[in-house]
Amino acid sequence: MHRRTLLALALFTGLTAPSMALAADDTIKIGLLATFEGPFTVLGEDGERGAMTAVAETNGSVAGKKIEIVKGSSDASPDSAVRAARKLVEQDGVKVLVGPLSGDEGLAVKDYAKTKPDVTFINGTSAAQDTTLRNPAENFFRFSTDGAQWMAGLGTYAFKDKGYKKVATVAEDYSFPYTQVFGFMAEFCKAGGHVPSKSWVPIGNKDFSSVIAAIPEDVDAIYVALGGADAVNFLTQYQQAGGTAPLIGGSITVDQTVLTSKGKLRDVLKGTPSAGPTADTNDAPAWKAFVDAYKKQPGAFPSPSLFAHGYYVNMKATLLALDQVGGDVSDGGKKLREALSKLSFDTPTGKVSLDKNRNAIADIFLTEVTEGSDGNLLNKLVKVVPQVNQTLGIPEDEFMKLGAVNRDNPSCP
Amino acid sequence: MSILDQPSSSSLSGGGVTRRQAWGLVGLLTAAIVAWLVFAVWPQWLNAILISKKAFVSAILNGLTLAGLYFLVASGFTLIFGLMRNINLAHGSLYLLGAYIGYEVTSRTGHWLLGVAAGFTVLAIIGVVMQVFVFRRLEGDDLRQTLVTIGISIVAADLMLAVWAGGTYQIATPEWLDGALTLPVITAVRSNGASVFLTYPLYRVVVLAAAIVIGVGLWLMLNKTRVGMMIRAGVDDRAMLSASGVNVHAVFAIVFGVGAGLAGFAGVVGGSALSVAPGEDVRYLLASLVVVIVGGMGSITGAAIGALLIGLAEQIGLVYFPTYGVVLTFVIMVVTLAVRPQGIMGKAR
Repeated sequence: MHRRTLLALALFTGLTAPSMALAADDTIKIGLLATFEGPFTVLGEDGERGAMTAVAETNGSVAGKKIEIVKGSSDASPDSAVRAARKLVEQDGVKVLVGPLSGDEGLAVKDYAKTKPDVTFINGTSAAQDTTLRNPAENFFRFSTDGAQWMAGLGTYAFKDKGYKKVATVAEDYSFPYTQVFGFMAEFCKAGGHVPSKSWVPIGNKDFSSVIAAIPEDVDAIYVALGGADAVNFLTQYQQAGGTAPLIGGSITVDQTVLTSKGKLRDVLKGTPSAGPTADTNDAPAWKAFVDAYKKQPGAFPSPSLFAHGYYVNMKATLLALDQVGGDVSDGGKKLREALSKLSFDTPTGKVSLDKNRNAIADIFLTEVTEGSDGNLLNKLVKVVPQVNQTLGIPEDEFMKLGAVNRDNPSCP
Repeated sequence: MSILDQPSSSSLSGGGVTRRQAWGLVGLLTAAIVAWLVFAVWPQWLNAILISKKAFVSAILNGLTLAGLYFLVASGFTLIFGLMRNINLAHGSLYLLGAYIGYEVTSRTGHWLLGVAAGFTVLAIIGVVMQVFVFRRLEGDDLRQTLVTIGISIVAADLMLAVWAGGTYQIATPEWLDGALTLPVITAVRSNGASVFLTYPLYRVVVLAAAIVIGVGLWLMLNKTRVGMMIRAGVDDRAMLSASGVNVHAVFAIVFGVGAGLAGFAGVVGGSALSVAPGEDVRYLLASLVVVIVGGMGSITGAAIGALLIGLAEQIGLVYFPTYGVVLTFVIMVVTLAVRPQGIMGKAR
């Protein structure tokens, strides 16, 4: 017994010692935090594909050092995200961390980032507004846009082009959908539209039929901001209940993670307008090149989801900045953060730069769901809204007066 | 114990009405109010309070169908506990596995009923195998059995994630179950005097009917058959049952098979009504735990009552106060534990 323990210990040190020595010299550890479990598993897996696409573009090395990706898994709950971040930072010793994926996770990781000033955090796809707008962390960077930015142009389009005057909303009850509804309503209400009913459902809810029954019958359309399995459930049950009102989609409601689902929900999705950081039928050569590179990843969707895109952009930014500083993070990441905040580069979806809160200013795509020639559902590009900033083009002090996003703000019944 | 209880309970309610009659009266009154709420045309003020009649009646109906689903899962859970004192924390995994198997069989053969049958049969076999190869070895060691079931549930969840990945699956229901029923419930009256009737998905009515049929079937099996008699005897005193010459292991295997099979059946039925995705296992385990705690461990009737309470609470909470809806479920559980720790139909031991 005693001898076996000793043997195991010796083996263990033998195995780990060389890799530790290697880590110090010519590898860079980057933490990759995404939802590899729970209701957002599919989303997290696609996020990883995006991040790995960026790593593959530099052949797995940066500034002559080998990149070592250490994965951390959360289940979309804030505490699991912090636990995973803690594990990556405190046990695995990463100095650069890319992630997390979901809104509430972003807020929690931002708060954790404040306690680790010498670690550099770069967002995954988490898109709650207050991750960067109010009380931001100095070492948290977001090269992807937030949920309100993603909605740029949609409210006006729904009111003017589609002619919807009264819209009910159905969304999950946490910070990211609040942000999405805020972004949609900011424009829709300003244009003169009304939102008489807002339903907030718990994340992971399965049975939406009661919620569907409670939607007023006199609305012109329903705005749906649900993700992953929740969106699939809602849409299927909406179809089963014989729903006839047209839909308006939140960014992740009509994402590839939902569009590729099997079942009858496809019928209610066709023609649904939406907006987000990507469009599947984007003709730009940079986007096409990105799609081709993405498709080399195992298990890839017909077109990258916005999670693949977000993780790609953030990982790409990380690698570009690491390259600029020669892969040197021995100064507690000071130089790296300086490089990151000045970074401006061309992504597959146009130019990205950061504002003073380290939040991205980037192009947003207005889309509509159509059936592609191969039978897959796609987001057809309708319009590009160029260089949307976090205050949606409204002067900052005026924007801050609109108040923090929550269930009841904004309101225009 | 029960003989001592009787006089005290009747003396409590005084001379006039017995406690039983009082409860009967309350029950009748509630039934009358619910019937009025469902069938009458609502006055304006009531619509203003409860959103709309359509929302209210749909919430009740959805609560009932969800209760049916919960009952299917929890009845197996409670049977296994009642007989073996084994809290099978892998019960949710059985549900999810049944759903995945149902999906595979349905999408390959195109026959939904085959999928349902496969969900039940395969899981019943797995249940028997689990009982024979795992739980029989740990007999009499309740804590260890429970811990082993946690282990099995974790391993099973990861294996299922490896095979079916993280996607959301929808089991296709056959044509004859599609569509909606028009119920004789008037939700509103149009200005031209025409009545608007409530429509409700046919499939959900079928789920509820299946749950009722299985509930009655289980009750008959437990109360009218020889195997049921053995099971009931085993619930009360398993050592004595064994001493009187019954092969307890065979009874255990039957119960585990039926319990696991019901979970698999519920998986296919539930996966067609809602959807199948990782994480469902934990959700249904939690639901059946709450249902069984409220209804009383080891009682089929208790599982039915518990499922009804939890299903209705969940759906009504979802419509009227979605943010705090989850709390309602657990308030029911806490109140039950405080007032009647053994559960509504549970026996005090």
